[in-house]
Amino acid sequence: MQLTGAEIVIRCLQEEKVDYVFGYPGGSVLFIYDELFKQDKFKHVLVRHEQAAVHAADAYSRSSNKVGVCMVTSGPGVTNAVTGIATAHMDSIPMVIISGQVPTAYIGQDAFQECDTVGITRPCVKHNFLVKDVKDLALTLKKAFYIAKTGRPGPVLVDIPKDITNQKCEFEYPKAITMRSYNPVVKGHSGQIKKAVQMLLEAKRPMIYAGGGVILSDASDRLVKLARHLGYPVTNTLMGLGGYPATDKQSLGMLGMHGTYEANMAMQHCDVLIAVGARFDDRVIGNPAHFAEVARKIIHIDIDPSSISKRVKVDVPIVGNLPDVLDELQKLLDASAGVPDPKALAAWWKQIDEWRGKKSLKYKQGKEIIMPQYVVEKLYEVTGGEAFITSDVGQHQMWAAQYYKFDKPRRWINSGGLGTMGVGLPYAMGVRFANPKATVACITGEASIQMNIQELSTAKQFRLPIKIINLNNRYLGMVRQWQQMFHGNRYSESYVDALPDFVKLAESYGHVGMKIERPADVEPALREAFTKHKNDLVFMDFLTDQTANVYPMVAAGKGLSEMILAEEL
Amino acid sequence: MRHIISILIENEAGALSRVSGLFSARAFNIESLTVAPTEDASLSRMTIVSTGSDDVIEQITKQLNKLIDVVKVVDLSEAAHIERELMLVKVRAAGKDREEMKRIADIFRGRIIDVTDSTYVIELTGNGSKLDAFLEAIDRSLILETVRTGVSGIGRGDRILKV
Repeated sequence: MQLTGAEIVIRCLQEEKVDYVFGYPGGSVLFIYDELFKQDKFKHVLVRHEQAAVHAADAYSRSSNKVGVCMVTSGPGVTNAVTGIATAHMDSIPMVIISGQVPTAYIGQDAFQECDTVGITRPCVKHNFLVKDVKDLALTLKKAFYIAKTGRPGPVLVDIPKDITNQKCEFEYPKAITMRSYNPVVKGHSGQIKKAVQMLLEAKRPMIYAGGGVILSDASDRLVKLARHLGYPVTNTLMGLGGYPATDKQSLGMLGMHGTYEANMAMQHCDVLIAVGARFDDRVIGNPAHFAEVARKIIHIDIDPSSISKRVKVDVPIVGNLPDVLDELQKLLDASAGVPDPKALAAWWKQIDEWRGKKSLKYKQGKEIIMPQYVVEKLYEVTGGEAFITSDVGQHQMWAAQYYKFDKPRRWINSGGLGTMGVGLPYAMGVRFANPKATVACITGEASIQMNIQELSTAKQFRLPIKIINLNNRYLGMVRQWQQMFHGNRYSESYVDALPDFVKLAESYGHVGMKIERPADVEPALREAFTKHKNDLVFMDFLTDQTANVYPMVAAGKGLSEMILAEEL
Repeated sequence: MRHIISILIENEAGALSRVSGLFSARAFNIESLTVAPTEDASLSRMTIVSTGSDDVIEQITKQLNKLIDVVKVVDLSEAAHIERELMLVKVRAAGKDREEMKRIADIFRGRIIDVTDSTYVIELTGNGSKLDAFLEAIDRSLILETVRTGVSGIGRGDRILKV
């Protein structure tokens, strides 16, 4: 059957079982939107700014493990989307972005709403395509979905000139695909896995360091099984929270720049470290030279060979898909006669418990001013730890990561790699579309929320009962914290002046607004929001302590064990 | 350490910019880069000369392999290989310099491929250091133009880079 390019795009999305497309129409994608209008197999979510479309599709994927899909027009449509694409790329999120392009004959002519989309997005996508012939369109879209979700996942952009969407050709959606240039590894090297088992069993001070790869590959259950089998301590990265249950006794919480004392100390002092889907980034291990001062054996499992021995030299590299590798590792462990040295392990846990005794996350909640940490703790209680939590970027993000204890994967949605302010609200939208019955809260700050505040309108249109937890300290809190600690208390441009009345703002969009100013009101307000206003979007503006800082803290360039603790100040 | 990296890459539009973009984005060094289609027009062969520690070169090959269009990557300098570069030099060749220029070109097994009454174009092939040596051997002030292709490399004997 002969179909137009626009019809082919729609058919391909249907074949891929796409439920939602997040997007914004414009000149170059009009034929596609016309076909979209005529079908009802998937829904389109009209956002208010293209950046939010990409973030929403991104969170849709993060919270469901389906490929997120978004559609934007040429020129400014694409450039607005770039921040979202780069955000997804840094966190390895499988997405397909369809962008309109000016007609083929106009490319390179500085046409209206033309930009070099493939050039602009090339460094921040896993791959991108410019479709030059309608006959290539179906295969290109098939490749895009395949590349996005296999190997180390990532966003793939398909740029389609307008004339292509109006030309006809025979349509058949390819069933399978092989690419000679792209064959991601699945199985790990069995010799290496054997070595890893040996090393794990010989450890005296073992440590499991689990990252976002555990979540992305749905390997959480395997990780839990392995950790319980061995009885070893586990720490999660910011991206890995929920990959191992935070309330489990073997969990040391998050590590890194704002990790717990026990996690960072154990990371620094262990003798065998197994890194599972994590990449030793600068916010995690601090200064690599300091990290290398302590001799330890490192096993590193990752799907991406280039993540291995990039910042830290490892002893046993294992390239492969985490569930496959962990299954094989578990099989060898089960078959092995060896067990971890019980005496050494007991001594190690004793040491860890001493570190835990520091209680590095403690803070004081007085009667007058609301502490931001307290709000997150109460939110955890009120939602029974069962909510999907999105966050923006800054202090509130770290407090959310520290005080909301994630026991399940895909519940914690944040921009870890790129650190994009403004993701919180569109992320919450994406989560809710992927999980239509879920409780969704967005922990944000008065600065971050204003970076995509226009999405309150989208949330109204689609009746999304998101709870916005605005930790309002009238400062760019993390900037202010660094200025206090490293720039002589000179708060250069970090005070957020001329704030709107968030209650009225929320109400003007047809939502519920609340302003909470006293500690005693925190819990009742949260309860009201999550019960009485269960089906409404509630904007909760918490006026919080302006001087609160995030601790513990490993200053940039410092070693993991050189933490600044709240109690030392 | 200097390394010669050979790449087979899908002959798609933009393939070159994916490779060069990778080098600039990750602050890898490029000394030279040559590219042309192979006997199979759907594939291009690229030769990159780069310098860096073993760790850096390992990252370069891993990152190149990660590019979706890249089919194969080989570090030629890991084993026996041949490298060649072509240079065209236009020199002033008048009066007493004319005979001397021809003599030096002969010594380097260069060929004079264009002649006017005051200039020569000399074609020279060899590894990079031979071409450098030729430029050192002639009077600098006589050089009007030099064009170098950058290094192409191939493994010796049974080392074959093919799909």
